[in-house]
Amino acid sequence: MGSASSMLTQYDIEEVQEHCNHLFSQQEIVCLYERFCQLDRNAKGFISSDEFLSIPEFVMNPLSQRLLKMVDGLNFKDFVAFLSAFSTKAGTHQKVELIFKVYDSDRNGKVSFKDILEVLKDLSGSYMSDDQREEVLGQVLKEAGYSKDCYLTLDDFIKVLGHSGVKMDVEVPVD
Amino acid sequence: MNSSGVLKSSSSELDLDRPNIEDYLPSGAAIQQEPRGKLRLHDLLDISPTLSEAAGAIVDDSFTRCFKSNPPEPWNWNIYLFPLWCFGVFARYLIIFPTRVLVLTIGWIIFLSSFIPVHFLLKGHDKLRRSIERSLVEMICSFFVASWTGVVRYHGPRPSRRPKQVFVANHTSMIDFIVLEQMTAFAVIMQKHPGWVGLLQSTILESVGCIWFNRSEAKDREIVARKLREHVQGADNNPLLIFPEGTCVNNHYTVMFKKGAFELGCTVCPVAIKYNKIFVDAFWNSRKQSFTKHLLQLMTSWAVVCDVWYLEPQNLKPGETPIEFAERVRDIISTRAGLKMVPWDGYLKYSRPSPKHRERNIGS
Repeated sequence: MGSASSMLTQYDIEEVQEHCNHLFSQQEIVCLYERFCQLDRNAKGFISSDEFLSIPEFVMNPLSQRLLKMVDGLNFKDFVAFLSAFSTKAGTHQKVELIFKVYDSDRNGKVSFKDILEVLKDLSGSYMSDDQREEVLGQVLKEAGYSKDCYLTLDDFIKVLGHSGVKMDVEVPVD
Repeated sequence: MNSSGVLKSSSSELDLDRPNIEDYLPSGAAIQQEPRGKLRLHDLLDISPTLSEAAGAIVDDSFTRCFKSNPPEPWNWNIYLFPLWCFGVFARYLIIFPTRVLVLTIGWIIFLSSFIPVHFLLKGHDKLRRSIERSLVEMICSFFVASWTGVVRYHGPRPSRRPKQVFVANHTSMIDFIVLEQMTAFAVIMQKHPGWVGLLQSTILESVGCIWFNRSEAKDREIVARKLREHVQGADNNPLLIFPEGTCVNNHYTVMFKKGAFELGCTVCPVAIKYNKIFVDAFWNSRKQSFTKHLLQLMTSWAVVCDVWYLEPQNLKPGETPIEFAERVRDIISTRAGLKMVPWDGYLKYSRPSPKHRERNIGS
């Protein structure tokens, strides 16, 4: 494979598994490692933005830039920990937390009206005008009992998204 | 929300060849919008489908899979397998390889000593000269194939020399061309390469008829399209071979065909090539090896085994667009050779998808 440590030892696998709270099986970790080495072209030990952006399917995703900020430069252990939120075994709380982090781009622990608008803009692009988005969001927030000026915390997110469960799973292809 | 039609751009190379990519892309809804009034905060904040797709792409994506070359599994882990393997290495590198180099050298000597005189002395007798040059090119390709101990099985009727037809094939390595050329002298359209390959291209391949293009030049397209059309009309020209994928793929998948070959208004004859990896992987991973290294790898392996199928000529059906035609032919080739089709443009290997493609994905 050409990378510095292309063979994972059993100790390495267990360490990574520990780090991600056993949300991935050992076989999945081995497959993720192969994928990591495939993406990390010059075996630096982390995947650069450029290398993520060579995946056309990823680039075409409207939220790719936001995810890129979160995943850029991670070493393998942290890469697996990041992806563990997408494991079928991960709890709703962890998934909602990831969603919250995607919204909270300035990492201040609060999601403002503006933050939500920004994400909506990424998703709906040119299909809605800024005014339309503001209007829709304002209305929906009001119906849920929040005003335009209040900040949503992680608990609010869990309250809104958590009770019906969040379906956010990715299967690791194990050959 | 329905996407409002196809966004076009004249400067990007990537978009015009692509049929309805929305049909292929996973349909992650950006916003699940029900009639107004029923939209809840939960629906608005729930970006999980889009995030799942993005994470899915990080974990595994069909495009990278197309260019993955699987390293051969080592089998020499045993006390008796290891000496056997050593003997194999010895045989391949020290006995077979020099023999092959010798055979190839002899082939080149015969070729050059016949080609050069014929090329210059028979300047006036074009038809005869071309016919001899064709046979000579076929001969040197046979020598090349022999130098890798190529075991090639050809199925189907051999290509006939008729005007108004082009041949299209899936592309795994530059040796595709040599494997096909040893049976029939095709004219070919190729990326201009540097080094000794480029030299070969400009001298010998000129005689069978070649069209050059440069991937990096966008304007090149119209010139190339015109040259293609001219070539196909000429009754005397060799049948034209085109690799519509535009890049080498690892022989397990096919990427999208460029429509250039399918809008020339002539019959398209599909050719499917499938390599057997048993002794060596014929996929030329141009990111990892130069062509010389690739050839050396082939020459130090036991054999190159492949199957070539000449399939039934296809014509543009009434009401079919060139892009649909290209996809149909791609389907025929992929089915025959047992390859999976992926909806990506091969040129994405060299450049990033433009922001316009991201726009198209939104709201679908």
